[in-house]
Amino acid sequence: MTFTTVAAPRSYARTPRRGPVTRLLEDERWLAIVLLLPTVVLLGLFIAYPFIKGIMLSVTDTKVGVPGHFVGLQNFVNVWHDGIFRVAVWNTCIYTAIATIFKLALGLWLAVLLNNNFKGKAFTRAFILLPFIIPTVLSTLAWKWMFDPTFSVINWGLYRLGIIDHRINWLGDPDLALISVIIVNVWRGVPFFAISLLAGLQTISPELHEAAAIDGARAWQRFRHVTWPLLLPVTLVVMLFSVIQTFADFQLVYVLTGGGPANATQLFSTYAYQIGIGTGLLSQGATISLAVFPVLLVVVIVQLFYIRKAETH
Amino acid sequence: MAEVALQNLNKNFDEVYAVRDVNLAIHDKEFIVLVGPSGCGKTTTLRMVAGLESISSGRILIDDKVINDLPPMDRDIAMVFQNYALYPHMSVYDNMAFGLKMRKFDRADIGRRVQEAAQILGIEQLLQRKPRQLSGGQRQRVALGRAIVRHPQVFLFDEPLSNLDAKLRVQMRVELKKLHDWLGTTAIYVTHDQVEAMTLGDRVVVMRDGLVQQVGEPLELYNEPANRFVAGFLGSPAMNFATVRVREADGVLWAENNGIRIRVLGQTAGRLRRHAGEQVTMGIRPEDLHLASAADPLELGFDAVIEVVEKLGSEILLDVAVGETTMVASVEPHVRVGVHEKLRLAINPERLHFFDTTSEVVI
Ligand SMILES: Nc1ncnc2c1ncn2[C@@H]1O[C@H](COP(=O)(O)OP(=O)(O)OP(=O)(O)O)[C@@H](O)[C@H]1O
Ligand SMILES: [Mg+2]
Repeated sequence: MTFTTVAAPRSYARTPRRGPVTRLLEDERWLAIVLLLPTVVLLGLFIAYPFIKGIMLSVTDTKVGVPGHFVGLQNFVNVWHDGIFRVAVWNTCIYTAIATIFKLALGLWLAVLLNNNFKGKAFTRAFILLPFIIPTVLSTLAWKWMFDPTFSVINWGLYRLGIIDHRINWLGDPDLALISVIIVNVWRGVPFFAISLLAGLQTISPELHEAAAIDGARAWQRFRHVTWPLLLPVTLVVMLFSVIQTFADFQLVYVLTGGGPANATQLFSTYAYQIGIGTGLLSQGATISLAVFPVLLVVVIVQLFYIRKAETH
Repeated sequence: MAEVALQNLNKNFDEVYAVRDVNLAIHDKEFIVLVGPSGCGKTTTLRMVAGLESISSGRILIDDKVINDLPPMDRDIAMVFQNYALYPHMSVYDNMAFGLKMRKFDRADIGRRVQEAAQILGIEQLLQRKPRQLSGGQRQRVALGRAIVRHPQVFLFDEPLSNLDAKLRVQMRVELKKLHDWLGTTAIYVTHDQVEAMTLGDRVVVMRDGLVQQVGEPLELYNEPANRFVAGFLGSPAMNFATVRVREADGVLWAENNGIRIRVLGQTAGRLRRHAGEQVTMGIRPEDLHLASAADPLELGFDAVIEVVEKLGSEILLDVAVGETTMVASVEPHVRVGVHEKLRLAINPERLHFFDTTSEVVI
């Protein structure tokens, strides 16, 4: 008796020989390098080079058109004693903290609402994303109009409703200016929170809520004991992204107030721009930008630590 | 004490009628099993009892109290889900304690109850683990534990064993049965597995397309199915069906077709007489067929040709052709037979079933 099983390996051996490139890519080490290359080039060109260039600038006294000399840490000492810089640091922290808290609260609220079944769900979900999709400069210009003392629709609305009897100078008043800027940041940032948290919510099996309901948990308890802990890893990641972005926010404030009035909305990035590009003190500007780095590093490390903890739990 | 009554219960999802006019009176301490093919409305019925699904029309009562509009937490029920639905971020202990915490039991009482349940289920060593550190069978036990710690009035089970492997399923089935005998809590159990239904249920409810087909004790359903669907659904291998014509000659009733000519005896004949001259569906279970011996009368058997032989160890299943119909016969394991052989099968005349061919109702 002859069996046909012996034919199988032979037919395998007869498959055509692969070309040298294919064989090289079969080796995972080479494949890894090939796959990483574009990313490394892009990151190197647009992140690493400016970063290193920034460090090199910050230890010189370079101005626009004037090649600088090495001055050691003098720039950092100057910045440390700069009152406006301290205001900017404080503003940035306030701006980031308050905006993030509101974005989280509103985003979570929206996500929970959107996670329900209702008519027009798909449309609403898409609609929610609008502030995120519109170019920031464009939408911020619209907000600038809405905050304009003379043309403000907000003022007009509030006046019509009888809530105010005089015009509010949203961007002119130092306290209100920071609040206004935060409002716009929250408006622009909420969609990102809402959609990311919604995605997180959708990974939580509805059966868990049903089990909890049968176990006697009311709606709030179900959120507190089931939804929130299961959503925590996603929440922390979203917050991490948001904190980094908000901390380095530029466009929005630049368009709305340019850091004014009287530095009331001056942030790290706007101040760095003002000094570095506006005044031409390139090295000083670079120093201010770099000063953000250690602060952000600490924030990121702390948050990553919590994310790991939340994930292993 | 808990009696559950479903009265004219209906559920429709827009045009889909998932549950239709279900009437069911479940006694205290009873273990009732809802069984039926996929999509017949078992889960939907159970979820309406749990309060997870709104009721389109009809009423559900627990101990004579209408609970239609009561939220799940106020119904004093516990449910075991098919996928267990354990809280992934809580330890086994916390999973079991959650319902008690929500109901504001004091700590000592919670501890005692969880320990007790863990002991019954043999999961005391697992209390500190997270669900993902457990095997399927262990998760199943935790889900059961979460249900029993509260001493609810009614247990609801939705295919709780379907994610376990065959061996574990049999084992858990026995344990469930013991547990119920011990706790004596009224239970509604959903499954599509007829073996589970037969072994676990005090009574079994067979459903199809949202309609209850028959309610009864397992053997009652098995021996006296109300219609062709129930007859075919319960039993493995399934009942054989053949279309036959009823003929009366000299007061004797025959069921005939191309290949079969059987004399119908006794009470069956009495009921069948009205259908003389008509076509009906004859049903006979595989175990009610045996190899004919000299002692078997000629008019209670037929010739068959073997097409497939399945040796299961405890029995042999013969797939045979009888005229134009095919049948399965279960015969003794030591019988020596081969494919394409001709043989004669005899029937057990008391175990013949006849169904109306159009309405499928038993005759
Ligand atoms: N949320 C829903 N929306 C629309 N139709 C549904 C919904 N839930 C169930 N159905 C339909 O209702 C019918 C009964 O469903 P059900 O889940 O009760 O079946 P089942 O008997 O539990 O089946 P299985 O054994 O597959 O679990 C099916 O036709 C199903 O498609
Ligand atoms: Mg189901």
